[in-house]
Amino acid sequence: MNIHAEDPIIEVHDLTVSYSQKPVLWGIDLSLPKGSLVGIVGPNGAGKSTLIKAIMDLVPLSSGYVKLFDTQLDNVREKISYVPQRESVDWDFPASVYDVVMMGRYGKLGLFKRPRQADREVVQESMRLVGMEAFKNRQISQLSGGQQQRVFLARALAQQAEVYFMDEPFAGVDAATEKAIVELLRRMSKEGKTVVVVHHDLQSVAKYFDWLILLNMRLVASGPTVDVFKEELLQEAYGGKLTILSEVGDLLTKGRFPSREKTV
Amino acid sequence: MEDFLYFFSFQDPNIRYVVVGSVLLAISAAIVGCFTFLKKRALIGDAVAHSVLPGVCLAFVVSGTKNPIYLIIGAFITGWLSLRFIDMIVRYSKLKEDTAIGLTLSVFFGLGILILTAIQHSGNANQSGLDQFLFGKAASLVGQDLIVFGSVSIILLLVVGLLFKELTLLAFDEQFGKAIGMPVKGLELVLTTLTVLAVVTGIQAVGVVLMAAMLITPAAAARFWTDKLTTMVFLAALFGAISGVSGAYISFVAPAMPTGPWIVLVISFIAMSSFFIAPRKGILYKQFQQRKYQKQILEENILKAFFHLGEADEQYYGHRKISDLISQRRFVMGRLKGGLQKLVRSGFLKQDREGWVLTEEGKNKGQRIVKLHRLWELYLTEYLRIAPDHVHDEAETIEHIITPEIEARLEKKLNYPSVDPHNETIPYR
Ligand SMILES: Nc1ncnc2c1ncn2[C@@H]1O[C@H](COP(=O)(O)OP(=O)(O)OP(=O)(O)O)[C@@H](O)[C@H]1O
Ligand SMILES: [Mg+2]
Repeated sequence: MNIHAEDPIIEVHDLTVSYSQKPVLWGIDLSLPKGSLVGIVGPNGAGKSTLIKAIMDLVPLSSGYVKLFDTQLDNVREKISYVPQRESVDWDFPASVYDVVMMGRYGKLGLFKRPRQADREVVQESMRLVGMEAFKNRQISQLSGGQQQRVFLARALAQQAEVYFMDEPFAGVDAATEKAIVELLRRMSKEGKTVVVVHHDLQSVAKYFDWLILLNMRLVASGPTVDVFKEELLQEAYGGKLTILSEVGDLLTKGRFPSREKTV
Repeated sequence: MEDFLYFFSFQDPNIRYVVVGSVLLAISAAIVGCFTFLKKRALIGDAVAHSVLPGVCLAFVVSGTKNPIYLIIGAFITGWLSLRFIDMIVRYSKLKEDTAIGLTLSVFFGLGILILTAIQHSGNANQSGLDQFLFGKAASLVGQDLIVFGSVSIILLLVVGLLFKELTLLAFDEQFGKAIGMPVKGLELVLTTLTVLAVVTGIQAVGVVLMAAMLITPAAAARFWTDKLTTMVFLAALFGAISGVSGAYISFVAPAMPTGPWIVLVISFIAMSSFFIAPRKGILYKQFQQRKYQKQILEENILKAFFHLGEADEQYYGHRKISDLISQRRFVMGRLKGGLQKLVRSGFLKQDREGWVLTEEGKNKGQRIVKLHRLWELYLTEYLRIAPDHVHDEAETIEHIITPEIEARLEKKLNYPSVDPHNETIPYR
């Protein structure tokens, strides 16, 4: 099942991504509507993080292309925000909560420029939205996992983007905080922002998201939650590893074949 | 002593050159090193430092002089080549980065030594002093060198100043930098260039063998003292400068000594001391904290014993002797006496001929500890379903660390209970 959006803000066309020749995402093709709250769901190693990274141009694509706002990423970077998985950085870095949230402003500031009053106010407001103002000057290694996650969220908010990609923003977050964050994301999507979230808890999927992407190395389904959140589709996404796909992937690694012929 | 005064009066222009040169190089290496350190690329600095040697020697062979400009160019070229070499090995072979670094370092350095030896045996009259590039000699810095190395340092500091926030983001979260469209590749290139330049400015005074230490050690030492990047960079520069001056001084009083090892010894000493005494992270500091904590526990336990005795005979302000206290709790005699005296000094106890008495503050404090102990026992049995006969030891520790905020939440959550699981009254004020 693959339902395409009417007036898509994000389009992914026949995307294949490989790590050292081995494809981990095969021919993903989907589109997402503006202002939706999108969940990406799938088992460990399904390629959820990879899909987001591919859209953000952080990993090389073997084939296919991505369009945001009907154009290339480079033209609209200011409107796109990215929240990486929390473990992707070393939190024992000499920086405070404030410093990290301020990094969200660097894109708008540009090279060489120092933060201005306006930036400081945005940062303050972003910290408030995730309830981290009280920790403003705290060194980031002295935060709990959930607080670190909120810092990353605040940094994304400080970007004041139109589209948000968040990789497991609820990992290690307590129930109350998760609820507060979901509410925040809802509000953002009501304001017309598009929020794409990698999520692990199937219990809450139907409640949180209005659009769903089921992933397991290939696209199992993409569409409005009511259509996609179905027993048999979930079975398909979670029902064991797709052994043929990964075996072929291994062959590609060993033989060092290109995963697609280059079409230049 | 005379030497010392003469040196630090800076009358001699040669001394001024040497000092300014050493300080500049140490500062610039330290500042660039902060970012290399935070990016966890300490080994890279080492590889570059060793790899500039063949460049320096080749530059000498080609130009026939020790003019620093040629030497810098030569050093820069091979330093750069070595980094490309490492990247290529990592990208196109199965070898990991550390292996690639080790390989590159030894190949380039070996080549450098080879050329150096060849030059020394060639009978070239100009070559004397070239071997100083191995271990450095600050005293051999002359005016011309200073202008060249000094300019490089200043360029380097300017670039770091201008790109401070970008370099910070590069070190902390490269992926995010890429995602917001920062020219990450370009910045990597800048940082690499800065590293090579920092090494190059140091080859004369410190020598190639030990230059890597000048990059990383000040940063590592500074990291112990602060959690703020700007402070860390400033401290690293300061530590670098101190070691630079010391090295220059030693080079002046003992001309036969190579300067590099001395500078590195000083900076290593600073790093070691930081490791021991720095606040919060230093080992001694941690021990000191622990000692303090143990004292606090002892004193609170003494007040608690007073309160328990008071509960027993309903004489909270009764006189107590050491034997009474020991019957309450197994105190170590020496510590108990020390603790009692401390409590008298801080106004929680009074002492007269008949023994020790609680003051009002002392009673309140003892009472609070007893209250916390019983509240915690109740919390463990009610919320964690632990049997009442298993909760005492746990509460013995927790009672000392509960903050007033947690205390308030505990009271509320348990709804101000009147007795603990052992049916003992919880004393509120
Ligand atoms: N840098 C990498 N190099 C090689 N293989 C990788 C790399 N990153 C991910 N992979 C592989 O790609 C596949 C997809 O990984 P990805 O991180 O996208 O999964 P995920 O769906 O986000 O999983 P999780 O739920 O555990 O976060 C996995 O099989 C993983 O082993
Ligand atoms: Mg992931």
